[in-house]
Amino acid sequence: MSDTHAQTVAYVRDTMLPEQIPPVTERGVVKWMRENLFNGVLSTILTVLSLLAVAWAVMAIGPWLLNSVWNAGSLSECRQILDGTSGACWGVIKDRFHQLMLGFYPRHLYWRPITTLILLFVALGPILYPWVPRKMLWFSAAFPFLGYFLLWGGSIWFPISVALGFVVGYAVLVLMRPTGTLIATSAAIIAPVVWWLVAAGTFAGWAHAVLPLGIEGVRSDRFGGFLISLVIGFTGIGLSLPLGILLALGRQSNMVLIKSVCVVFIEFIRGVPLITLLFTAQLLLGYFLPPGTTFDLILRVVIMVTLFAAAYIAEVVRGGLAALPRGQYEAADALGLDYWRAQRLIIMPQALKISIPGIVNTFIGLFKDTTLVVFIGLLDPVGLSNAIRASSDWQGIYWELFIFIGAVFFIFCFGMSRYSMYLERRLRTDHR
Amino acid sequence: MADIQLDPGIDREIDRSHMQVLDEVAIQITKMNKWFGAFHVLRDIDMTVNRGERIVVCGPSGSGKSTLIRCINRLEEHQSGKIVVDGTELTSDLKNIDKVRSEVGMVFQHFNLFPHLTILENCTLAPIWVRKTPRKEAEEIAMHFLEKVKIPEQALKYPGQLSGGQQQRVAIARSLCMKPRIMLFDEPTSALDPEMIKEVLDTMIALAEEGMTMICVTHEMGFAQAVANRVIFMDQGQIVEQNEPYEFFRNPQSERTKLFLSQILGH
Ligand SMILES: Nc1ncnc2c1ncn2[C@@H]1O[C@H](COP(=O)(O)OP(=O)(O)OP(=O)(O)O)[C@@H](O)[C@H]1O
Ligand SMILES: [Mg+2]
Repeated sequence: MSDTHAQTVAYVRDTMLPEQIPPVTERGVVKWMRENLFNGVLSTILTVLSLLAVAWAVMAIGPWLLNSVWNAGSLSECRQILDGTSGACWGVIKDRFHQLMLGFYPRHLYWRPITTLILLFVALGPILYPWVPRKMLWFSAAFPFLGYFLLWGGSIWFPISVALGFVVGYAVLVLMRPTGTLIATSAAIIAPVVWWLVAAGTFAGWAHAVLPLGIEGVRSDRFGGFLISLVIGFTGIGLSLPLGILLALGRQSNMVLIKSVCVVFIEFIRGVPLITLLFTAQLLLGYFLPPGTTFDLILRVVIMVTLFAAAYIAEVVRGGLAALPRGQYEAADALGLDYWRAQRLIIMPQALKISIPGIVNTFIGLFKDTTLVVFIGLLDPVGLSNAIRASSDWQGIYWELFIFIGAVFFIFCFGMSRYSMYLERRLRTDHR
Repeated sequence: MADIQLDPGIDREIDRSHMQVLDEVAIQITKMNKWFGAFHVLRDIDMTVNRGERIVVCGPSGSGKSTLIRCINRLEEHQSGKIVVDGTELTSDLKNIDKVRSEVGMVFQHFNLFPHLTILENCTLAPIWVRKTPRKEAEEIAMHFLEKVKIPEQALKYPGQLSGGQQQRVAIARSLCMKPRIMLFDEPTSALDPEMIKEVLDTMIALAEEGMTMICVTHEMGFAQAVANRVIFMDQGQIVEQNEPYEFFRNPQSERTKLFLSQILGH
């Protein structure tokens, strides 16, 4: 058989048949449906059931949505327009939009939260996307202080003196570096804390006396609606990530004291419901602080939410650290990188990459949990919805408010989830 | 064992003009002991390495070879005795440890490249952050060594896109970028397929030809024969025997060495 040739064997085709279009069942929509929807009996039954469920939902909600009323100043007016038919009454959103967004923030100062929101996106740019110039990170670093100043107002010296705490910390770190990593790090943590507790207030007051610069102050109890959710959510997210990373590193440390402090902290916070921490923030924190200090309720909540999320982040990051092979640490050591450089350049980029889904999960949880502040009397969107429904105009309205609030939360959370998928794709450097 | 053919793989002429052992001491280990918990891994190790020496360390699995060379750059801590590297004694003083580590390069069995960085970034990282070399200069140095290990064209890829042999050559280049005076190799070829072993050994030979002080844990006896000036045999945490390669292979003194050689050379 080895010397078979096409010329001598009649049944070997010598021209190729033209390509033919596959039969209908193997093409386009039909093929896709066969493979994905009607692939076997069970699959067909499930498909039909799902279609029925979708149809039922659309039939139930569709007419109600289609019959929406957008312009009405109260529920009774809305009912009048609907005239007995069933329909959504979005008038409430329009009527109370400002309140749902900003609470009782003074009307003539609305530009301040709006500017803050725009600047927030500017500040997020360089953090979220690599194509934004790196120089912009300076703006991101300054944004928390700028944002605070814009939202709460008052003397500009207060946020500046808080920011100075970080400068103090950095200066101490640089000065103490020759004494070794451990001492320098501890000093760089202790120094700013001392500054904030002891000197920052005095410095701000003194500087303000010398050079009074400031804008109209807005008290925390004027804040409400999504303004509160966003302030607590974004501050919590921004602070809990670094804190969580430090806790995860502390938990891995071979210094017994640091390790046990971190373990106790993480286990305690994880073992306690967030709502109890919030009540603690509301009631107890006042007792521990020096008398006379007024400690803003929103700030207290931010601290509690941050600590809570940080404990979870710490565990997520620890998982990422545990997934790294020991060889990575050894290679970093062998090249002469010190502990913090090895962490920053080698270990964390990889550990955080592994932890992205868990971290984003925690962030989404944190953001949604900001609605719990309603229980300690803050008027977040849910709290406001209760207040709106208690007003005589809108007594009895439910769905429209909750759907709207839910939708806004969904947009933020879905955005975070999408971003995390983008990030995972972008950081994928292995097998490609 | 008159004319054992150790490895037909190394077929090139070796240029010995720069392979000189100097009088200067590079590493001095005296009465060094190490325990893992209650387990005595290294016992009374005494060893002097002069500059320009090319030492191959061999011995059965678990004999403490890796632990020994990992003590030299303090990836493992010794409990007694003294290790002096380039005049710096290894103690718990972090400054000394950093100094030694920046003088001593290490190549691992599993390469340990940083998978999130490109080949070029792998090579420039330590020069930039430890040696404070300007980025541009660090990149030039990196390209120089990537050319030496014959993979400059891979500079912008990620480690995961390279073959094992290529990765190991990058790992060697990465160490060289720190301009180390001593190189440690811990079984650099034992995670590689046979056809890749040769390219890595070639790189190591080229390094030896330039007069680098090297300590290699390896079972590549052909390499030992061709390049080493001294072979050290370890067993159960002790240095049992050491000799120049010709004598070591043809005239082993202790029974344990004979047994080991007969197993590894398949006689
Ligand atoms: N971190 C550790 N903790 C406890 N025991 C260890 C540790 N590392 C190594 N050992 C033990 O020390 C002994 C020597 O290990 P080492 O890795 O130095 O051997 P080796 O000679 O390099 O062996 P191989 O040829 O298999 O690499 C082994 O018995 C090993 O089980
Ligand atoms: Mg080993």
